[in-house]
Amino acid sequence: MTVPDATAAARQPRLTPLHAVHRDLGAAMTGFAGWLMPLRYRSETLEHQAVRSAAGLFDLSHMGEIAVTGPDAGDALDYALTGRLSVLAPGRARYTMICAEDGGVLDDLIVYRLAPEEFLVVANAANTAVVSQALAARASGRRATVRDQTDGYALIAIQGPRAATILAALAGIPLGPVRYYASQPATVAGREVLLARTGYTGEDGFELFTRPEDAPHVWTELAEAGAPNGLIPAGLAARDTLRLEAGMPLYGNELGPDVTPFEAGLGRVVAFGKPGDFVGRAALAQRSQAGPSRVLTGLAAESRRVPRHGYPVLWDGSPVGTVTSGAPYPTLGVPIAMAYLEAGIASAAAAGSASGRLAVAIRGRTEPAHVVSLPFYRRAD
Amino acid sequence: MTVPDELRYTAEHEWVLINGEIASVGITDYAQRALGDVVYVSVPEPGSRVTAGEPCGEVESTKSVSDLYSPVDGEVTEANPEVDDDPGLVNSDPYGAGWLMKVRLDDDGGEPAGLMTPEEYTALTAEQE
Repeated sequence: MTVPDATAAARQPRLTPLHAVHRDLGAAMTGFAGWLMPLRYRSETLEHQAVRSAAGLFDLSHMGEIAVTGPDAGDALDYALTGRLSVLAPGRARYTMICAEDGGVLDDLIVYRLAPEEFLVVANAANTAVVSQALAARASGRRATVRDQTDGYALIAIQGPRAATILAALAGIPLGPVRYYASQPATVAGREVLLARTGYTGEDGFELFTRPEDAPHVWTELAEAGAPNGLIPAGLAARDTLRLEAGMPLYGNELGPDVTPFEAGLGRVVAFGKPGDFVGRAALAQRSQAGPSRVLTGLAAESRRVPRHGYPVLWDGSPVGTVTSGAPYPTLGVPIAMAYLEAGIASAAAAGSASGRLAVAIRGRTEPAHVVSLPFYRRAD
Repeated sequence: MTVPDELRYTAEHEWVLINGEIASVGITDYAQRALGDVVYVSVPEPGSRVTAGEPCGEVESTKSVSDLYSPVDGEVTEANPEVDDDPGLVNSDPYGAGWLMKVRLDDDGGEPAGLMTPEEYTALTAEQE
């Protein structure tokens, strides 16, 4: 056996404000984007299932929070990002991307408009510095200020069908009006938070931005209130399989500087109709018209061996693509994966063409697979 | 973490129980904790030859795949069918119901070379913690 060595992966890692809580819970920790994060508390499978059937509690304090403020903040974001953020109503949020001039994805983001001149941009931990610098460069000359405030926030997510019930007992506001992709200042367990109805699991749920010093109290209160409802803490391993089932991309796997939003099936985030120029517009327009040469495709394996990141996908034995993410996961009862496939092959394989056979090369053996439409999992309501 | 006294260990986190000419093999409690939920195990078919220190199978968990190294020289006589049905036994009972394979030793004249005592293995894992 060769077993992962968490400590070697994260020399001098940053610790979240909830580190002591994770230690007390006996979490298995892992290095992730320079942070030491809980990978699992006991069983990632049970954590995954708890989020699908009841609720899970996540520490996401590694995520980057970047404030963009000022009279021109909305215009600056319209220029810097693919979406049209200037028309977002205060209290609403949007999923968007930041691209390079060549259309490659620098990060995928959620942008919350907190007030007419105040936006909060949430970036992936590994990209926070890059995003913050790019936003500052792209905002220059405008009346807008960009500040990386990651150290000023802890981020706790409560996700799952019982999340609203559990949170309602501790929140000082009614949750009904906080719709999907909305946010509102609130008091939770006596502490001021920004409460947002967003997530990365495919379930209903909330993300709570708290002051770092308030995070352990808010976490503990949610954990205690949620336990009778089946809530358990959940780590990054469960988060990854939950988002994969929900067909959500992970930067570094499905998204990267060599991918445009169109290949990832997320062309809807590019607002060509917005006025003015934006970074990447010309390259993205060209890519949009030409159509992607490879498309992100859902696969289900036909054996129990799991297609994993980087494994070649074969069509009649010839390489036609690469797996971006895979997991042994349960909804279909077989391993599932996302992969970039040549566009023609993806459509032929999806149509069940008899002209070829799809397979994944898994460590020296060829294992049959077939195309499944994304997402793998969609919640029932 | 438990390290039973009656077993011998490898630096790659396998355990061995020698009973006459038959060695039972599994992975340790430390290994199953580090791997997370085991979802698939492959071991050689009965009749296959295995060589000490060489990869002979795979243990697949949610997040990773690891080679299984044979701790001994010999011929596989049995793979655990229950682990094939329920790989989670490797997590819930790594030294018992979660055993992986049995090997008929080439040399039944004593303990195979190169294995670690429980004390040595405990010291190794303490270093890796």
